[in-house]
Amino acid sequence: MNFDFSDDQKQLRDQARKFLAEKCSPKAVRVVLDGKAPYDKELWKGLAEMGFLGVAIPEEFGGAGAGHLELCVIAEEMGRANAPVPFSSTVYLAAEALLIAGSDAQKKKWLPAIASGEAIGTLALFEGKGNPSPKNVKLTAANGALNGVKKPVADGAIADFAVVAARTGSSGRDSDISLFLVDLKAAGTEVKSLTNLDPTRGQAEITFKDCKAEPLGGAGEGWSILTEVLDRAAVLCAFEQVGGADRALEMGRDYALDRIAFGRQIGSFQAIKHMLADMYVSATLARSNSYYGAWALSTNAAELPEAAAAARISATQAFQHCAKNNIQVHGGMGFTWEFDCHMYYRRANAMALGLGSLTYWEDQLIDRMRKKNAA
Amino acid sequence: MNFDDTPQEAEFRATARAWIDANAPKQYEEELRKSSLGRTVLKNANILEVAKAWQKKKADAGWACLHWPKEYGGRGASPIERVIWQQEEGPFGQLSRMFIIGHGMCGPTVMAFAREEHKRTYLPPLASGEKVWCQLFSEPAGGSDVAGLRTRAEKDGDDWVINGQKIWTSGAHYSDYGILLTRTDPTVPKHKGLTMFFLDMKSPGVEVRPIKQASGASDFNEVYFTNVRIPDHQRLGEVGDGWNVSLTTLMNERSAIGAAVSTGFPELFEYCSSLMLDDSLAIEDRAVRSKLANWAVKASGLKYTSMRAISALSRGERPGPENSIGKLVAGSMIQDVATYALELQGAEGVVSGPEDAELAGRFQAMLLRAPGTRLEGGTDEIMRNIIAERVLGLPGDIRVDKDVPFNKIPTKGR
Repeated sequence: MNFDFSDDQKQLRDQARKFLAEKCSPKAVRVVLDGKAPYDKELWKGLAEMGFLGVAIPEEFGGAGAGHLELCVIAEEMGRANAPVPFSSTVYLAAEALLIAGSDAQKKKWLPAIASGEAIGTLALFEGKGNPSPKNVKLTAANGALNGVKKPVADGAIADFAVVAARTGSSGRDSDISLFLVDLKAAGTEVKSLTNLDPTRGQAEITFKDCKAEPLGGAGEGWSILTEVLDRAAVLCAFEQVGGADRALEMGRDYALDRIAFGRQIGSFQAIKHMLADMYVSATLARSNSYYGAWALSTNAAELPEAAAAARISATQAFQHCAKNNIQVHGGMGFTWEFDCHMYYRRANAMALGLGSLTYWEDQLIDRMRKKNAA
Repeated sequence: MNFDDTPQEAEFRATARAWIDANAPKQYEEELRKSSLGRTVLKNANILEVAKAWQKKKADAGWACLHWPKEYGGRGASPIERVIWQQEEGPFGQLSRMFIIGHGMCGPTVMAFAREEHKRTYLPPLASGEKVWCQLFSEPAGGSDVAGLRTRAEKDGDDWVINGQKIWTSGAHYSDYGILLTRTDPTVPKHKGLTMFFLDMKSPGVEVRPIKQASGASDFNEVYFTNVRIPDHQRLGEVGDGWNVSLTTLMNERSAIGAAVSTGFPELFEYCSSLMLDDSLAIEDRAVRSKLANWAVKASGLKYTSMRAISALSRGERPGPENSIGKLVAGSMIQDVATYALELQGAEGVVSGPEDAELAGRFQAMLLRAPGTRLEGGTDEIMRNIIAERVLGLPGDIRVDKDVPFNKIPTKGR
């Protein structure tokens, strides 16, 4: 048994960590945070050159053809660095949707462009409040044209194309939903940037008005494809969250060692030590759950739905817990704009909502566990 | 990333499985499988006798204390083979509970510090369960601060004379031998004046009194020593080096790796899947689902953390510190799970005890045993200190008694 990443994968992690330490310093993240750029274009280009954007895309579609374990490794480092690029929307959502359901022509058109950094993609699913559910999809598709409003769409303002969930039936079943592929540079869409909790990753509202769209996957198969896309993305996001949680824990630990109060390192007070120990516990549980998710994802195992939900819940909790208590360990300085703590706090709380909230995933996990027990 | 055995591991597993299948006391399997924290009892048999018989059978066939050298009653197996054995032994592993302290802590200490002739005499019957050992460390004045212990050992000719009291000694009432940490010099700082021995629990002057726990059960004892004589050749390590010897004992608690920790989650999930609340199943209730999901990811997180440690063993590495979180997480979780299971029953939770229907009745025993789990073998607070100091590298606590002679340390708060 080797329930761990291979030596080659660990080497890839070291390479990614080194690259991001150089190209994605907190100072670079702040350029986007302060609204001076919608995302870090240089970093995006660099990620493409390193082969990271297409690491899980097959070679025939311009990728590195490595696999999802390698993508998990990169994802963890992206989270650690708080990278201000549209990685999750393009790579975990758009690319995975294409890999699962795209026609050969669609894959040929978009996947090489993703791997080379030329195209940014996203998933347009949500329409206001609420969690992923067929009944929350109101945007309609008829005669190859979409009408409706999607909000929020992650990285919608900088995306070149979107995978859009649309209503094509009214039976009340999952088969009412179909997916479409939309070139956002063509006519028929209106994009508005939205102010959001984590300015290092943009959010937008996209209005579709008689927008021409081509089907992605079969008619009525949208919801089952989406479910699989969300499961895969849940595992990949979990690795980003694990990376972020680890970094927040490290920041707290380092500060506790440096800061002197009452004549001693604050890390010598049990109140602080125990807070950090609990952060370590959450981060470790999340990492282990995420490893199981990675195994299920990479082997296309029947356990993926359950493993993905567990990884999602555990990693969301850990990142929120570590980011929140990192500020507490820092005291007043942690509450300043100048210190980096709030960037992880923002990212942790934004990521907790991006694929649907905890309530949604808790529900999914229990349903899936029951299904397994019944089988 | 895979869960597959190597060819050698697969072969070992097949051999172990075949032997267990042919030899295990199958008549108790169902009862052992259903036992959970606070409740391992056999209806029609004495569990100590069943456990001893199983252990002896294993020892005779070379399946006891797998990681010990053969000359001391073990099998000379690798750490990963030991884990595979535990996985295969499954519910029958419950029967090893009474030997955990002897095999996990006393044995390795004797192996590291006793004379060769003693090792050959005492270790094989310890491995085979014919002799049971206990560990005499904790005292009324030394719990988490075990180096604060007061039991005196004074040299008299070739013997040491022991006077004092130990507490929380698991299994002392059925133990044949014990390892004993004593104070041999009260004029030096506390960690420096300690010495370790092993002794026959039937020695004159040893008195064992069971403690009635908050749960009503009695797993632990007080042990009193009145002029008990121990020959010097039963000393483990140098005079005054008892603290370092005890650290060896505690570091050998690696037996936890691969052994499943009880969290109470499988029991709660099963219970909620059949319990009716008003007109629907508990598991269909939104609040119940949320609670279950939160505990589910803790239970699976522990399971896969343990898998990561086993992987390290399989590669021939020493597992990292991740596994130290097991007891900390599981202890308070089982307490919360049990509380919640009773909460779901409403007023009836008060009266659904162990004699009650199978599922509902499990949780009271769990609830009443759980406080002990959070205290024994290192309290939650000590576990957090260990994680903070050894894993995260934070400073140790400031010790105001560090350089003070032991007999000058204050003994009362007020």
